[in-house]
Amino acid sequence: MQATPFKIPGGLPFVGQRLQRLEDTALLTGRGSYADDLGVKPGTLYAAVLRSPHAHAGLRSMDVNAALQLPGVRAVLTGEDVQRWGQPFVVGVKQPMQHWALAVDRVRYVGEPVAVVVAEDRYTAEDALDLIRVDYEPRRAVVEIDAALAEGCELLHEAVGSNVLSERRFSYGEPDALFSDSRRISTTVRYPRNSCSPMECAVVIAEYLGADEGYDALSNFMGPFSLHAVMALALKVPGNKLRHRVPRDSGGSFGVKQAVFPYVVLMCLAARKAGAPVKWVEDRLEHLSAATSATARLATITADVRDDGRILALHWDQVDEVGAYLRAPEPATFYRMHGCLTGAYDVAHLKVRNRVVVTNKTPTGLVRGFGGPQVYYALERLLDRIATELDIDPVALRRLNYVKADQFPYQAPAGAVLDSGDYEKMTDLALAAAREQGLHERQLAARASGKLYGIGVAAIVEPSVSNMGYISTVLTAEQRAKAGPKNGAIASATVAVDLMGGVNVTIASAPAGQGHMTVCAQVVADALGLQPVQVMVNVEFDTAKDAWSVAAGNYSSRFAGAVAGAVHLAAMKVRDKLTLIAADQFGCTPADVAFAGGEIFNMANSAQRQPFTRLAANPHWAPALLPKGVSPGLRETAFWTPEVLRAPDAADRVNPSATYGFVFDICGLEVDPNTGAVRVDRYITGHDAGRLLNPALADGQIQGAFSQGLGAALLEEFRYGGDGSFQSGTLADYLMPTACETPDLVIVHMETPSPVTPLGAKGLGEGNNMSTPVCIANAFADALRPHMDLAEVQLPLTPGRVLALLQVSDPAPKEMPHPAAAVPAGEGLALKAQGEVEIPATPEKVFAVLLDPVALARVIPGCHSLQSIGPNRYRADVTVGVGLVKARYEAEIILSDIDAPHSLRLAGSGRSSLGTGAGGGLVMLQATPTGTRLSYDYSAQVGGKAAMVGSRMLEGAARIIVAQLFESLGRQAGGKTVEPNWWRRILRKLGVRV
Amino acid sequence: MKPAAFDYVRVDGVEDACTLLQRHGDDARILAGGQSLMAVLNMRLAQPSLLVDISRSTALARIEVRDGCVQVGAAATQAALEWRDSLAQELPLLKLVFPYISHFQIRNRGTVCGSVAHADPSAELPLSLLVLEGQVVLRGKRQRVVAAEDFFTGMLSTARASDELVEAVRFPLAKPGQGFGFREFSRRHGDFAICAVAAVADDRGLRVAVGGVADRPLAREWPLLEGGALDDALNEFAWALDARDDSQMSAASRRHLARRLGQQAVEAALLTRTSV
Amino acid sequence: MTHDILSREKLHPITIELNGQTRRGYATPRMLLSDYLRHELGLTGTHVGCEHGVCGACTVRLDGVACRSCLTLAVQADGRRVETVEGLAGEGGVLSELQSAFKRHHALQCGFCTPGILMSSADWLARLRELGRKPTEQEVREMLSGHICRCTGYTPIVKALMEVAHA
Repeated sequence: MQATPFKIPGGLPFVGQRLQRLEDTALLTGRGSYADDLGVKPGTLYAAVLRSPHAHAGLRSMDVNAALQLPGVRAVLTGEDVQRWGQPFVVGVKQPMQHWALAVDRVRYVGEPVAVVVAEDRYTAEDALDLIRVDYEPRRAVVEIDAALAEGCELLHEAVGSNVLSERRFSYGEPDALFSDSRRISTTVRYPRNSCSPMECAVVIAEYLGADEGYDALSNFMGPFSLHAVMALALKVPGNKLRHRVPRDSGGSFGVKQAVFPYVVLMCLAARKAGAPVKWVEDRLEHLSAATSATARLATITADVRDDGRILALHWDQVDEVGAYLRAPEPATFYRMHGCLTGAYDVAHLKVRNRVVVTNKTPTGLVRGFGGPQVYYALERLLDRIATELDIDPVALRRLNYVKADQFPYQAPAGAVLDSGDYEKMTDLALAAAREQGLHERQLAARASGKLYGIGVAAIVEPSVSNMGYISTVLTAEQRAKAGPKNGAIASATVAVDLMGGVNVTIASAPAGQGHMTVCAQVVADALGLQPVQVMVNVEFDTAKDAWSVAAGNYSSRFAGAVAGAVHLAAMKVRDKLTLIAADQFGCTPADVAFAGGEIFNMANSAQRQPFTRLAANPHWAPALLPKGVSPGLRETAFWTPEVLRAPDAADRVNPSATYGFVFDICGLEVDPNTGAVRVDRYITGHDAGRLLNPALADGQIQGAFSQGLGAALLEEFRYGGDGSFQSGTLADYLMPTACETPDLVIVHMETPSPVTPLGAKGLGEGNNMSTPVCIANAFADALRPHMDLAEVQLPLTPGRVLALLQVSDPAPKEMPHPAAAVPAGEGLALKAQGEVEIPATPEKVFAVLLDPVALARVIPGCHSLQSIGPNRYRADVTVGVGLVKARYEAEIILSDIDAPHSLRLAGSGRSSLGTGAGGGLVMLQATPTGTRLSYDYSAQVGGKAAMVGSRMLEGAARIIVAQLFESLGRQAGGKTVEPNWWRRILRKLGVRV
Repeated sequence: MKPAAFDYVRVDGVEDACTLLQRHGDDARILAGGQSLMAVLNMRLAQPSLLVDISRSTALARIEVRDGCVQVGAAATQAALEWRDSLAQELPLLKLVFPYISHFQIRNRGTVCGSVAHADPSAELPLSLLVLEGQVVLRGKRQRVVAAEDFFTGMLSTARASDELVEAVRFPLAKPGQGFGFREFSRRHGDFAICAVAAVADDRGLRVAVGGVADRPLAREWPLLEGGALDDALNEFAWALDARDDSQMSAASRRHLARRLGQQAVEAALLTRTSV
Repeated sequence: MTHDILSREKLHPITIELNGQTRRGYATPRMLLSDYLRHELGLTGTHVGCEHGVCGACTVRLDGVACRSCLTLAVQADGRRVETVEGLAGEGGVLSELQSAFKRHHALQCGFCTPGILMSSADWLARLRELGRKPTEQEVREMLSGHICRCTGYTPIVKALMEVAHA
């Protein structure tokens, strides 16, 4: 099946064919041009970012001298520099919340940038990070949504006066009318933090060109380029003095590379400080901990529903947790979906309450599906609750409430205009595929053999081509009137013919693997009668040279609907111009001129024909021959914006997207009661995304979105400790699906063209991010249905959660070996250590050791020095480690509650390049016939890098370290001298074997 | 994410490696496959001053059958053992275990001895060595041989002194009549085990080891048990693992895994017993 | 001592046989092979995705064996054979069987993980071929599990590999 690309079978248009990609040869041979692959100017320096180990702390002082003295270090950028040359990022709501590119007086999440070291290479820059001393004053961290909302909670931004940055209430129709024939069914869901983290992390190269020219930056930022204005404002320059370029290739984006923009600003400032170009490559630890996250949501959704299942009204009460700062374009997670909160259903009455809260976590932002996973998780779980409570088939319930095929264009109560579709037909097609897969038979067979097998469905509307004005729905109508209306989604493309008749296309879409080059070539080839391989598409993007506008970029599945449409319009402008030239030359009417097979010809007289390359080249060489009224040059730019995208109206109605596809999913999954593993057995996804431009690429988008949705359902979660420490810092902790966890899925297409977009195409890249998590959750609830009615399903479905739900039996052993003390499952890494040591010395003697600094220094494992800084307070220099892992901590040790010789409290806290640690516990001494029984009960908390990368190991490590401490105490008090480490080292230096 | 600076030396023989360890003690680290060490260094979770690279030592890369054991040298990769023609006859248990050990690409460089020396409580090779009653050959000033049972002392902690090298590990050859079972549960294929159980059965009894739950792999020996007696024994063992609640999973669920996987591993071991 | 201790302070000459050509450069002991290939020798086809050995993007063949270049030091490669994605295509840039199968099946989108997957697969398929073995789909998936691809959902990659392995 060696396919020859780009041949028209039977003269069919290229659009709609499964063409091989023009991108692939370069990518398969190592010739990709990703941001880190590009050459840099000689003299370019490399940056590393110092980040907060604390979730919440005051920034008292910082000493960068040692870092600056390290050979190879050229500059350190601090909050003071950022305040001098920049200003805080603008925010989407009117609140006195300041978000600077570097923390200035307080850190509010683990990983928040605190300083930037610029050095001659990255290795040296990281060396210097370890030499910067920051004095933090830890504060209480606000971690969970409920806590952030609570009265008297610690505030992140005092000037705001609350952790709630925005609250808006909306009402459409008559949601509060009492529907006499209806009942209320409600559900509450929590959508977790996760991210469609791409394989390539952020890359920024920046240079400061002086006051007249401003900044020059190159990065893999993906847009929306409305944020270019946010960057320029933060740098205090006009937009034309921040040139920003995007290279040809980006190693995946999925919304996440929107969050590169603060680092563009940061590196511009670092370059200004260093007086040289600066390059920064985000590493995976930085990316997972501090780049971005999907917005966590707590939502209660209630339906007024008739007994037959007809939904009359929906009531949403939603809280979005956006992390420590409201970073642009948040709170867009709410408002992207606002107009279509009724989903695929014809519901006339709607009530909404939206609150945005801040917590001590990484700021949130675009993640593929943006807003959709959160909304549909609530809505489609609610539909399943209604089906269960009314005992209606879940598919029949959905069908009953669908917007019907004859209702399009359908105006939803909150303003979305669903442009086209046939939801019932799509559902039929997907169900037919499910029948072919024998889904119900598989369930019956599995259940008959005692297995837990469930079937779930989800029906969603997939918005694409975002209205740049939807975010202003967060403002009141009065505020909007004051600020001026915002709307539209301007896309642009340029098609040009060169001196030899070659066609070049440039777009401002910043692709990340979606095959934009291929599709643009297909579209232009069709318009001009050429082969796609003849069309050169340049997808690099330069704000200083390209045609672009506010909506430019690679998000909201806008390529197929908007960008490819704009390319088509630009190609048609070129074609129109060439038509006039050809008609003049052939002496025919423009209507007779045709383009096909690489030629331009007169349909009325087929002898009159010329190769495209010749006729299209001529205007360059002989402009004098142009027909009257035709201007020289063959370079046409088209700007397009969908008319249906208006600003929110006075009643807060907004059409948030230009076009809406439809997805119907059905899946079967099995739950293993032995392990809690959830295995997706069969998955069928039906898509109506309008006209498909390249079905092979469409399938690729669907498969990719599905695997990310699967990850969100089963594996992926950013975990935080109760103290706000981040615990998913590596790819061994943040689990993305591999080939072994990702089943093949069955894809069913249907094509109802969009009347809104130039080519009739709709976006389809995000649908499964929205539908798959809830489809799997519904199937999971169904799997457990024979045993329980599961009202709440918390994602991801980890084996720990599943086994807890299954309430596995845990019989007590016949003989209890050591009755293990019940340790409550703590929030995060509250590390516990308990134990007993028998010491051959009296309690008095043991106590004396604890109170004697010299002896205590010998007792503490890895203690290099111990200095008294007050009564029973010491400063210590301690190497702590287990196995391979070791770090040197600067620690403070405090003895308190001293009740000699019975008990005391021993507490310590410390910091190192691995982060922070604090612990304390009670030590009790009891006299025994042979000496003393010392028992201890400890808890510790670890933050920073150690928690980020070592959560699997930390508890065991803490136990070992505490046990070492008390065993060492026993030896010391028992008269066996413990050599202090320094003595051992001196001996070793003297060549004495010890 | 770049390592802190260190000196580097490549050595060919065990003597050179030991001399350097004795001279530098804990400040030196043996670099064999580097599949754990290099990740730790890249994250700067450790900053040794000297790396002693034994990975290209042919003397240390030997895998040979000796004294009823397959002896695997310090520089021998996991792949070298995994792709050994006679592995299925010599060590049928390892044939079952290898697909669960991380990934093809990691096994290509990761060493058998390195995994044993690292003593990750969830790792499969320490568990296998323990259930097979293997040995660890340590080389410092002199050579000593430590039973696997005594080698693993806690999480990432072993009986190895800081100036000793794990020179080799010895896996006893499968004996006629033995059967082997292995079950593992992890979040994804190749991830560290949440719980792994290895079992050896012959006509006299059972030996079962559990990894991933306690701070080290632990083993039990029983006469041939079945039915309720096996359940009780597995349950007692599950409780003896001293599982803890944490944010990922409750202790009760961990015991459940140990019991269920234990049962499956024992069944598999009994079924695969060969006739003597 | 058979080899000198290489000081952390200094750059040391490193010679490797890279895709059949002898290439020389310099590295301090701590320089990762991934950085050496990309930034010292200028072969940027090998990508860096995690620098802790999990994502697989940086996989190259060292003396024929697929391994993570982020978990290997440049000094360790001195005097050895290294193959990267740049060396896969034939004369005149003709795509190899593996590369063209990836293209045919749309087994890549952003292409960032692709070079590592190709290098792993090349080693693995060569070994199976030597043994005269044809892998099952499950075995293909297990080999692939050492790589993370965020774009494709793996389906087309598995198809491409099955096609090549069973050709």
